[in-house]
Amino acid sequence: MEAKSFALIPEAASTIANQVDALYAFMILVSAFFSLLIAFLIIFFAVKYRYRRGVKPTFKPANEHSIGGLVLEIVWTAIPLGLSMIMFVWGVSIYFTESRPPANSMEIYVTGKQWMWKIQHMEGASEINELHIPVNRNIKLTMTSEDVLHDFYVPAFRTKADVLPGRYTTEWFNATKEGSYHIFCAEYCGTKHSTMVGTVYVLSEPAYATWLAAGSGQRSMAEQGQALFNQLGCGNCHASVINNGTGRGPNLNGVFGSVVDLKDAGSVRADESYIRESVMYPQAKIVAGFDDIMPTFKGLLSDEGMLKLIEYVKSLGLKNGAPNNGLPGSGMTNATVPAPGRPVGSSGANAPVVTR
Amino acid sequence: MITATAPVIEEKNYLNAEHGLKSWLLTQDHKRIALLYLMAVSVFFIVGGFFAVLIRLELATPAGDLLDSNTYNKVFTMHGVVMIFFFLIPSIPAILGNFLLPLMIGAKDLAFPRINLLSWYVYMLAGILGTTVLLTGGVDTGWTFYTPLSSTYSNGYVVLTAMAAFVAGFSSILTGLNFIVTVHRMRAPGLTWFRLPLFVWAHYATSVVMILGTPVIAVTLFLLMLERGLHIGFFDPAYGGDPVLFQHLFWFYSHPAVYIMILPSMGVISEVVSTFCTKKPFGYTFIAFSSVAIAVFGFLVWGHHLFVSSQSAYAGMVFSILTYIVAIPSAIKVFNWSATMYKGQVRLETPMLYALGFIGLFTIGGLTGLFLAAMGLNVHVTDTYFVVAHFHYVMVGGGVMGYLAGLHHWWPKMFGRMYSRTWSMVAAGLVFIGFNLTFFPQFLLGYMGMPRRYHVYPPEFQVLNVLSSAGASILALGFLIPGIYLTWSLKYGAKAPANPWGGVTLEWQTSSPPPTSNFDVTPVITNEVYDYTNQEVPHIG
Repeated sequence: MEAKSFALIPEAASTIANQVDALYAFMILVSAFFSLLIAFLIIFFAVKYRYRRGVKPTFKPANEHSIGGLVLEIVWTAIPLGLSMIMFVWGVSIYFTESRPPANSMEIYVTGKQWMWKIQHMEGASEINELHIPVNRNIKLTMTSEDVLHDFYVPAFRTKADVLPGRYTTEWFNATKEGSYHIFCAEYCGTKHSTMVGTVYVLSEPAYATWLAAGSGQRSMAEQGQALFNQLGCGNCHASVINNGTGRGPNLNGVFGSVVDLKDAGSVRADESYIRESVMYPQAKIVAGFDDIMPTFKGLLSDEGMLKLIEYVKSLGLKNGAPNNGLPGSGMTNATVPAPGRPVGSSGANAPVVTR
Repeated sequence: MITATAPVIEEKNYLNAEHGLKSWLLTQDHKRIALLYLMAVSVFFIVGGFFAVLIRLELATPAGDLLDSNTYNKVFTMHGVVMIFFFLIPSIPAILGNFLLPLMIGAKDLAFPRINLLSWYVYMLAGILGTTVLLTGGVDTGWTFYTPLSSTYSNGYVVLTAMAAFVAGFSSILTGLNFIVTVHRMRAPGLTWFRLPLFVWAHYATSVVMILGTPVIAVTLFLLMLERGLHIGFFDPAYGGDPVLFQHLFWFYSHPAVYIMILPSMGVISEVVSTFCTKKPFGYTFIAFSSVAIAVFGFLVWGHHLFVSSQSAYAGMVFSILTYIVAIPSAIKVFNWSATMYKGQVRLETPMLYALGFIGLFTIGGLTGLFLAAMGLNVHVTDTYFVVAHFHYVMVGGGVMGYLAGLHHWWPKMFGRMYSRTWSMVAAGLVFIGFNLTFFPQFLLGYMGMPRRYHVYPPEFQVLNVLSSAGASILALGFLIPGIYLTWSLKYGAKAPANPWGGVTLEWQTSSPPPTSNFDVTPVITNEVYDYTNQEVPHIG
């Protein structure tokens, strides 16, 4: 944290920050204008039309039924309405940018619990209350909570999102300045809420690569997920290599991101929340052609383990239905991970491109 | 028209009509019930204010050196619960509304005097439950009771606190019901809807919100109690519930509840501004209908509390635009009040000072609401001190300033005594200055990124926090002084005439304090309300 002198605007360190600040400036101008106008009018009227004993005013009580009165009412309804519609559209346009992670984002997983942030990088590195990211790269956080509501807030990036138990929310940003910035939990979460804080370190590409390399030796998230997959015996029903895709459970190859037809009519897109639900509450949505035989894995799997399992299922998707040899280190995980240290200019190429 | 009946001996009025504790505790007189409420609500205001003092003391330094985290969390929770459920919601309707509504419409009482007394007892029952929580260890969920923290993880007395708010809600419902029936059925002959004082319109709109909204919070809190007590899953994912469902239900009531707290204040301001300008409010029908519009649209904006709660972006858009639309009637009111002063005979007596303070602070409170309604900006400032500041500008700058304006305006009518003109003006000035110094820095803190409900905070936020705490001490003084001179006036204040300010609504046409039956002869209305043609401006001070 660099020593900050007294400031009224926090450091702007993301691509969205200047957009938010611009809207803020516009709204301050509008608010200042109307506040001063009202303040001026009531003070001016209070002085000019102050009561003087014995002086009867010669006012004819103007009212809204006179033409002038009606025009006034319309004017001071229409002008605020017009200005507020500008604010509405402007606010929405920023929100749509803020709430939709670009497709080429680098993914990082966040688990909140009372009272710490656990960060999991796909390459395997994990950290607590610290988040190291490269500068000028789209970063997407997929977040969940082990207990109560939390909220991952980085004022310098002007963005936050609630972190909920039992489902996944996302947040993205593109840091534009190297440095370190506060992470705050912004949703009240109990006794030590105000110490559920941390730091984002925005590093240059080479520095980030070095940092990531220091953590190498750990297995990637997908590999750890595969170990869990085997340990929990998921493959007994789901592993296509054993039963050639005709097991008791649906084939998971290529399932992530696809649309799954359900037994009770309808369909669902297989995203993180769907995978989680299918493991925790298997009876909630039965895939067409299968029976309700899967037991719940609730209580057998931590939230972090769940994220690893999801990452593994995602990696199967990238094999595009090809049989998975089930061996760790088969190379499949590399495809999901943007190679660390790749030059910024080619960020588009960092995306795991799914060709079907 | 002031009828000159020379007060030879103490006139019979509602205060001296009967004596003894029983005559108060079993009274069915709306004016006496209003005073019962005044006493209870004042006690809760002091309690809530005490918690506010603790908060500001703690936040004067970045470290948690006065209170531990657990205590701090309980303190801000109890500040919120007490101030919202036991002070702001009942303050103006149950005290001033109760006292004035029948008087303003020329009625002898509310439609259901016994239900009115019942509502006070229900409120007191809730107050006893709330006080029990305070005395036995408190609760730390925040006044918003968000699940699953409240339903599963909190260690405090959540069920008892929820029960207190639940019971208090029934008191609101009974009051609202009583007001609606009274306005429909008890108006004096000739008092048509468009001759009603704007205070009555505001209370009518408030009552509609009370009876439509309060049952929803009752159900929500009941579900919370079931989940907490019996582990029946509604909100906690561990039991198969949905935590965001709680937020929807909670804000479906609690956003309209903000209008329960502000609409009556707006009614007060309309009366005070008109009286002290000796002029009909500009745009009477626009002010009246803007109250109704706020009551209706207020029910459609709750989702603006959920822009970062994983709510769909398209749902968010709808809530955002409706929030801008609900802001328009408030803007209309502010412009109309200002225009009322134009070519009036403006007298800056104490109630008017509070009313002008209200207009200034509510304007800022309303405008900063527009910041929060802009989705892209909301993401940055929601759950920060920006929200705290905005909320207090509306609730204290609006709600409490309106309450103080009303209390000073009708105090002579309620007690038949005048209070110190000088001290009351000093206090009004202190409240205005202290309030701004307390809460304006919090807007800046919020944009800097300081989250709300933080017990300890990074050192770069200290300067603004110290300013805020300094302001709070001035504000506390500003609230303390009226407590002294108002109490003093009850015994030593000069006798108040029937119409000390030169008001034209019906309550000024009966004696101060009014007789038990309000009017010796039922008034018959043949004229517009706010007709100042024959009203002399009285000499004051």
